[in-house]
Amino acid sequence: MTPTHDPLVDALRHTPSTDAAPDVAAALARVEAEGLVDVAYAQTDSPVGPLLVAVTDAGLVRVGFAREDDDALLEELAARISPRVVRSPRRTDEVRRELDEYFHGRRDHFDLPVDWRLSRGFRRRVLEHLYAEVPYGRTVSYLQLATIVGNPKASRAVGTAMATNPIPIVVPCHRVLRSGGHLGGYGGGLPAKRLLLALESGEQRLWTDPSA
Amino acid sequence: MRSTPVLPPFQRLLDEHGAALHRFCVAQAGPDHGPDCFQEAVLAALRAYPDLRDATNLRSWLFTIAHHKVIDHHRRSQRVEPVADVADRAAAAGPTDGTVAGAPVLPEQAAADGHLWATVALLPDKQRGAIALRYLADLPYVDIAAALDCTEAAARQNVRAGLARLRSEVTR
Repeated sequence: MTPTHDPLVDALRHTPSTDAAPDVAAALARVEAEGLVDVAYAQTDSPVGPLLVAVTDAGLVRVGFAREDDDALLEELAARISPRVVRSPRRTDEVRRELDEYFHGRRDHFDLPVDWRLSRGFRRRVLEHLYAEVPYGRTVSYLQLATIVGNPKASRAVGTAMATNPIPIVVPCHRVLRSGGHLGGYGGGLPAKRLLLALESGEQRLWTDPSA
Repeated sequence: MRSTPVLPPFQRLLDEHGAALHRFCVAQAGPDHGPDCFQEAVLAALRAYPDLRDATNLRSWLFTIAHHKVIDHHRRSQRVEPVADVADRAAAAGPTDGTVAGAPVLPEQAAADGHLWATVALLPDKQRGAIALRYLADLPYVDIAAALDCTEAAARQNVRAGLARLRSEVTR
């Protein structure tokens, strides 16, 4: 900006800021009503740190841990799904509520629809089997999961599917361990994996339920 | 490979430019109609966003959309409002309170009345747009020219002419 000694120009530039927030909210309500938001996201607190959850019309498409870079995660969604990525606490309400109930120990499965589009081929098949067949409180080894999928030789590929799971916690890759009960890896960090397993085994209460 | 550019998440545009875009609309269309112009601009931008071919200057693209929404508003209001004296219409367009701390007090009349942008609102579309794009959106002349669909020289001329007219209106 070129400095100016013109009082008229200075007066034009010094027009006070307006409060944009209510009108941004109103505009977002309108774009949502018109179906112009392809990916809605919000952050939510959890005992394993802040989570970013993203949903499409088809369902929950992404859960990100705080250790992932939110900006990079949103850029990935923009590139792979649609650049119409907008923050929306309302659209992510159901996801956040179910996660909340899970962390309070009041929910042992998720009812929300899942949008699998970020996974393809074998990895997607592995994740779908994991979601459908390895229930709360149980664990399996990579080899066992490979067998469930029908390809017992593919435990390495199963490991890759776990490492690239776009929807951790809800699609429970924390229930998959190395043979011999070793913890293996986890995108959210091993302390988070331990915590989730402790919650599901009933060893530890993560969040106290005020109504309990 | 996709021939389309990699576009950032739309939310980032809102976070980075939303407040300035809002101010741009309210300053030109007044506190009653500015918010509508802003909302219309956001809607139009989001509608067009996935098909955008050039992601190199998103700020300029957003302000160009808002500029057109402001023009639409002024055309609509000119159809229904009777022509009145400049001062009356400035008053009717509502104040944009110019009494901010540190703001220059000149031109005395306009700043004191808080009607400076209400006076800008009375300028012809291109002059008003050029002044708002220059001093509120802070766009370079090359982008102002693109938004106004004119040459860079014409964009400069519109700013100059707008300022001259404004000076004569607010100081007379």
